[in-house]
Amino acid sequence: MLGVDPAHGGEAWRARLGVVLQSWRDHAKWQVRELLAHLGSYYAPYSEPGRRRPWDVDELIAAVGLTEHARTKVRRLSGGQRRRLDVAIGIVGRPELLFLDEPTAGFDPEARRDFHDLVHRLADQDEATIVLTTHDLDEAERLADRILILAGGQIIADGSADELSGRMSTQAEVRWSRDGQRFVHPADEPTRFVRDLFRQYGESIEDLEVRRASLEDTYMALVREFESGAGADRVARPFSVVAR
Amino acid sequence: MNAQLTAARRGVRRGWIELRQMLTNPHDIALVTISAAVFTGVMLFSRTARVPGTGFSLGTTMLASVLGMNIGFNGLASLAGVLAVEREDGTLLRAKAVPHGMTGYLIGKIVTTSGVIFISVAGTLITGLFLFRGLAVGQAGTWLTLIWVLLLGLAATLPIGAILGSLFPSARSAGLLTLVIGGLIAISGIFYPITHLPQWLQWIGQAFPLYWLGLGMRSALLPPSLAAVEIGHSWRHLATFGVLAGWTAVGLMLAPVVLRRMARRESGSTVAARRERVLRAG
Repeated sequence: MLGVDPAHGGEAWRARLGVVLQSWRDHAKWQVRELLAHLGSYYAPYSEPGRRRPWDVDELIAAVGLTEHARTKVRRLSGGQRRRLDVAIGIVGRPELLFLDEPTAGFDPEARRDFHDLVHRLADQDEATIVLTTHDLDEAERLADRILILAGGQIIADGSADELSGRMSTQAEVRWSRDGQRFVHPADEPTRFVRDLFRQYGESIEDLEVRRASLEDTYMALVREFESGAGADRVARPFSVVAR
Repeated sequence: MNAQLTAARRGVRRGWIELRQMLTNPHDIALVTISAAVFTGVMLFSRTARVPGTGFSLGTTMLASVLGMNIGFNGLASLAGVLAVEREDGTLLRAKAVPHGMTGYLIGKIVTTSGVIFISVAGTLITGLFLFRGLAVGQAGTWLTLIWVLLLGLAATLPIGAILGSLFPSARSAGLLTLVIGGLIAISGIFYPITHLPQWLQWIGQAFPLYWLGLGMRSALLPPSLAAVEIGHSWRHLATFGVLAGWTAVGLMLAPVVLRRMARRESGSTVAARRERVLRAG
């Protein structure tokens, strides 16, 4: 990781990493701002040109949407607020490499959207490499440049969302209505299918919808393939270097 | 600025913050007040009782001994308990994720625990001055002895407390330690002169810092004539210094090794496993 074996990483190396832990009940008596300011202060000696450490505490609190709760004690936060605090603690040192372990579990849709914006901001403006584990494939598709799918402890796929769905011959789904009746049909070649559809029924086709295979479909197909044993011989190579 | 130095300063700051949190938390205040009230009650009951063989108040003797007990109990049991709890709830893992965070964390704990000890010693002593007669507080020697016993007591107990806290697998088992220390208090001559115990118990009591902390505090605050009821009819300052220094040396030698091992073992999965265990146990 970052060119160093984690077992031998020193403190300066540690300063470049961020880990978002699934917290439980630590630091219950601390106030949000107090805790972030304290933990952030350890990073001050590790500022680099173009990367001032730590993150400004009020800016960070605003970024994770906890401004109203800056003076709240940690134990009084709701589950979602607590998770956002975890994220803030993970990034307070402005890491170059950030690990997020199911960061949005238990988030409401709005908090999830805000969090995704934050992740984009970290990746774009802060040039952080982010390793995110998730069961939410929608989230992976939205956030990740590169997706690794693990099954049975092995990497069974590695690539961008497009590459993954391109590799699998997953079908698109075509939905339409005709004479007030709804139809759903899978199609390997949706363009041709729709052309045929129009040729056959013309103007009576309404509410046409073509849904391409989502990452979820690809995932299901990959896992099914893996479980049937067909994928065993094309297990992707093991982890080499993830960070850039 | 040097990162190690920053972390040390952050640790001191952390200690102050946590001490302030304790002093403003109703739950903590109630706990301290109630236990102080219980001890004061016991001492008051014994105010008119006499130390066997003398005309001196047993309650006053107890008060001096309890100062020593405060150091020993907080330095060993409280610190160990807090470490075990905070290992379980993930506080230590957080500290580990931050550069030099473990250093800051441990310094913080030392500052907080020392602060609690100072406050409890001062509180007990001030209450005692109002309620009990016979404390030798008018002489410079009293304060000098009190201070060196207090400081050496911190040095002897805090590293051992930290080691114990790292060794216990869970907060629950660290609770057992409180019982053990309680038993040790009973055989350390805190509430009754140790000379009235069987010989073998006296030896066990003298092996641990608690007896010597009590003896040191008695030597500071009681009149010289009271030395007559102690083992060897003396305050044994040299032996007190020797035993406490010995525990300090052992503690400082072992603490870095044990604490480093503990820190290395902390990981997300160990914290998660402990959480599972606690939640399952209800």
